[in-house]
Amino acid sequence: MKELLMGNAAIGLGAIRAGVGVVTGYPGTPSTEVLETIAKARPADVYVEWSVNEKVALEVAAGAAYTGKRALVTMKQVGLNVASDPLMSLAYIGVKGGMVVLVADDPGPISSQTEQDTRTFAQYAKLPVFDPSTPEEAYEMIGEAFDYSEKYGTPVLFRPTTRICHACAVIDTDGTRREIQAEGFVKDPRWVIFPKLSLAAHAHIEARNPEIGRDFSTYSRNTVECFGADGEHARRVIVTGGVNAMYVKEALAALGAPDTRVLKIATPFPFPESLAEEFLEGAAEVLCVEELDPVLERALLMLCGKRHLSVTVRGKLTGDVQAAGENTNESVRAVLAQYLEVQQPAADDNMPAPPALPVRPPVLCAGCPHRASFYAVKVAMQGKKCVFAGDIGCYTLGNAMPLDMTETCLCMGAGITIGQGVHRGEPDRHAFAFIGDSTFFHTGIPGVINAVYNGTDLTVVVLDNSTTAMTGHQPHPGTGVTMMGDVAAKVSIPKILEAVGVSDIQIVDPLDLKAAVDAAKHAYTVQGVSAIIYKSPCIAVTKPRGTMEIGENCVRCKKCITALGCPAIYRDGETVKIDATLCTGCGLCAQVCPVGAIGMKKKEEANA
Amino acid sequence: METRNILLCGVGGQGTVLASKLLAQCAINRGVGARTAETIGMAQRGGCVVSHVRIGALSSPLIPEHTADLILAFEPAEAVRCLRYLKPDGAVVTNRRAIKPVTDSLSGSYSGEAMLDYLRAQVQNLTVVDGDAVCAACGSAKVLNLALLGAAAKSGVLGFTVEELGRVIDEKIPERFRALNKKAITLSGKV
Repeated sequence: MKELLMGNAAIGLGAIRAGVGVVTGYPGTPSTEVLETIAKARPADVYVEWSVNEKVALEVAAGAAYTGKRALVTMKQVGLNVASDPLMSLAYIGVKGGMVVLVADDPGPISSQTEQDTRTFAQYAKLPVFDPSTPEEAYEMIGEAFDYSEKYGTPVLFRPTTRICHACAVIDTDGTRREIQAEGFVKDPRWVIFPKLSLAAHAHIEARNPEIGRDFSTYSRNTVECFGADGEHARRVIVTGGVNAMYVKEALAALGAPDTRVLKIATPFPFPESLAEEFLEGAAEVLCVEELDPVLERALLMLCGKRHLSVTVRGKLTGDVQAAGENTNESVRAVLAQYLEVQQPAADDNMPAPPALPVRPPVLCAGCPHRASFYAVKVAMQGKKCVFAGDIGCYTLGNAMPLDMTETCLCMGAGITIGQGVHRGEPDRHAFAFIGDSTFFHTGIPGVINAVYNGTDLTVVVLDNSTTAMTGHQPHPGTGVTMMGDVAAKVSIPKILEAVGVSDIQIVDPLDLKAAVDAAKHAYTVQGVSAIIYKSPCIAVTKPRGTMEIGENCVRCKKCITALGCPAIYRDGETVKIDATLCTGCGLCAQVCPVGAIGMKKKEEANA
Repeated sequence: METRNILLCGVGGQGTVLASKLLAQCAINRGVGARTAETIGMAQRGGCVVSHVRIGALSSPLIPEHTADLILAFEPAEAVRCLRYLKPDGAVVTNRRAIKPVTDSLSGSYSGEAMLDYLRAQVQNLTVVDGDAVCAACGSAKVLNLALLGAAAKSGVLGFTVEELGRVIDEKIPERFRALNKKAITLSGKV
């Protein structure tokens, strides 16, 4: 059946087609929809879970692959950092059933902390990596990745980027499914890592990887395409991979198809050296068009050195391709025009400059309970010496004006620990560490135990909105449901805090401003570790309470705007208005208004 | 129809993603290929969002600048922001109402009318749609996307007809919302 599928959905369906049996992961843009697709479309015998973090997810998937099942684990690139401990060892241990570690990279970065490159990670972990260039190709390639994994008994990495994950294409899904016979777990010393085994495994990997590189030289997705009348004999050639192969294709067409040939690398590691050497025959220069790290460029430099090839390698290291950020049709076309010495078609850019455009940084949604939590702590701690340590999630947006309440943000779970460090470095500064419920389960808990154990003064503020909001509302251990659709035991955040020795725990509705402020004031006075759980559901998973309205007695002080920065409240000249299509009736503005001019719109009016 | 590039732009939450999916489905129904690329993630929260819809045999998921046949703008300033994508004789269909970001309510002076004036001066084939009137008449803010698609189809710049839009609504939208969305198409261009 031909249907429009998002790249991530194509990968998910491709994995089902390849006979995947166990799928785990932790949500992270741009990887999330792979697992969600499988959960929705799965045959009854496919097991799917959102794990509490990427390390856990990878280990569960590895265990499944020990039984001979095909296993898939999904995460974003920074998630691989969390999962790197099991991955590095698993590279030595290997797998029985095929295991694909899907790690989505995010050039730009559009929605990430780093621009790290999973292809580089693959080299470091000494694991094969697959790099699809379109959603169509990804649909097929995920199955081939499982095949190679089984052929070599090793986990393999599969690395799409945002423009593959979140691009849609028409894909012909055939509805077939490969039958995988799993032998089950068989007791064997090979599953227990020991120094002696590690030494042998290391030697094996170093001998195996060049062999895989030779194998990849005949892999059908590593392709050569000629452009122009005499591309076969062109002196200037191009090596690329991933979505960049599409930008190159588009740019060469726009430039009138000058003579060149393009090697598209689908397996950046182990690098298909013999294919590349053959491709470079007769070339004087090669340009590498890639994003993130110069992985292909370095591989070619090494090849040219090893084989004494007289070819100039150009790319990021020579400054031809931008060192950081996402490539675009335009950036690639400009690079190629210069490299191939062809004229770019003149752009018709004689438009006068437009009026100043409004800046639209992402903001917390109208009615978001996080706004209320941040505002309450801000009001309560006015004039106090504090650090407001943030974490990863929607609530990172607490940094935006006018709230301005996220002073640090490093990586998942780090708010609680960075806060402790700041306090240790500056003992008279009180640390408030904001963390979401899903992040709390992910990597927040060890930091709390550390603070209790080491007797650190710290206030942990759990922003509990009962979902994983940023990535699209995935369930987590505190929500009481699983990805299999089952009802699960809810893991209680206050009980965890209590169990690890947090003595002062307050559970407060942040939308009750006075109670929320009082809770923060009290927590500040507590010796040792205190906790506030601001509990209120995400507005995207709950019904709006109604709509607020501004009465005649508004004095136009605009405190509601300057204090809260709610996108539903806006200035129209000198008057203040509420956008009824955005307002959820959270009522925070009514509690902030100094003259009581804001109230809930009566129901019958709201319906009119 | 050989190839066609349609750029949809607006502010997170306005419904550009569904609109781009419906357009791609229109293309599939005609038996031609389609590609789309969307903004998903943090930028969705009140930020600028852009969807690229490419119809026909094209390789890159992103529309190159100066090649869009149509810009379908859910907000006037976003049309201006994306105008570099428009090809010289391309068309712009934009919603009339400006959306003020928080930053502007704090300190700016953003005027949607100035954006519309700029568009009027730069774009010959411009259609300004009172999408909010359509939404009000339908009783739902969620039909802005169909109001804009309908207006573009009626003015002949979409490349697809009102009937084709009706068909993809039947195929892609849950039954209980179909009548509402079709009403938005009917009303588009009338209010």
